[in-house]
Amino acid sequence: MIDSIIDITLMTFLVITALAIIRLHSLLAVVMLFGIFSLLSAGVFVVLDAVDVAFTEAAVGAGISTVLMLTTLALTYKHKEEKTEKTPIHAGLLPLIVVLITGSLLIYGTSDIPAFGDPKAPSQTHVGPYYLEKSMPETGVPNVVTAVLASYRGFDTLGEVTVIFTAGVAVMLLIGRRRKTKPENSESGDDNHDA
Amino acid sequence: MMHNLILKVISKFLIPLIMLFALYVQFHGDFGPGGGFQAGVIFSAAFILYTIVFGLDAAKKIIPPGVLKVLASLGVLIYAGTGIAGLILGGNYLEYGVLASNQIAGQHIGILVIELGVGITVASVMMIIFFAFAERGRS
Repeated sequence: MIDSIIDITLMTFLVITALAIIRLHSLLAVVMLFGIFSLLSAGVFVVLDAVDVAFTEAAVGAGISTVLMLTTLALTYKHKEEKTEKTPIHAGLLPLIVVLITGSLLIYGTSDIPAFGDPKAPSQTHVGPYYLEKSMPETGVPNVVTAVLASYRGFDTLGEVTVIFTAGVAVMLLIGRRRKTKPENSESGDDNHDA
Repeated sequence: MMHNLILKVISKFLIPLIMLFALYVQFHGDFGPGGGFQAGVIFSAAFILYTIVFGLDAAKKIIPPGVLKVLASLGVLIYAGTGIAGLILGGNYLEYGVLASNQIAGQHIGILVIELGVGITVASVMMIIFFAFAERGRS
């Protein structure tokens, strides 16, 4: 009973936040709402007992990416301060049709999905039971998620760390350097600078 | 932001707590929710808060960008090196059982070390990205 009340409240807030994001034109407010959306999703994950995912969502989705989007806005916003957003030239009908078709296909697809928490669902019968039964005697780590991430799927996690490292290197290469060109050339010279 | 006394006092109070929480998440990841990824992000959040309140120059005095670059690579090296250590000790790549006398102890050491590598890399890459954006915004 209390679970469904929490579920319905969280989902309602998620929908309200999503609608507000679509309707708003102020990018600053949209970024803030993205943060709220992530925090609400983290709440949904907690209700689903996926605390590790919720933790990541709250730290990365609501925390770091909001900060990064805000700094990006601070970088780009000053050039567009004067202009107001133009109304789009295309009509709203075509996107509506695309959304309706995609949405109905997705809803049609859910009819094949096993019920929530079904122990006979394919995703629960593959390696899941093995991890749940054997991870404690084999690794001695009570948190199964950590055991899977760090031990059974250690190679995957190494790949993920490398991806993050690569992202840092890419950001450093793209915008990490001090501008050594003269200030008056920096507007036009920035793009061919790398060539 | 330079003369905001309340922000400065509150953030000086909060930053050690955030860092302590990050370390707890880092080293308690075996037993509770969390691990290297979350801990790294939380740890970098403390530095980002410091940068926002006290300015980029003050933050760069504490962690020079050169150190951050070394740390980012060091984390990946620790992770990959744990795999190599397993190879040298006669196991497979990233097989932790051979790192200690028995399987369970080896797994504990291996998981702790690679989570540390993950945490170091994630924390320093997040700071590198934020510093890069902040630096570009200033020029």
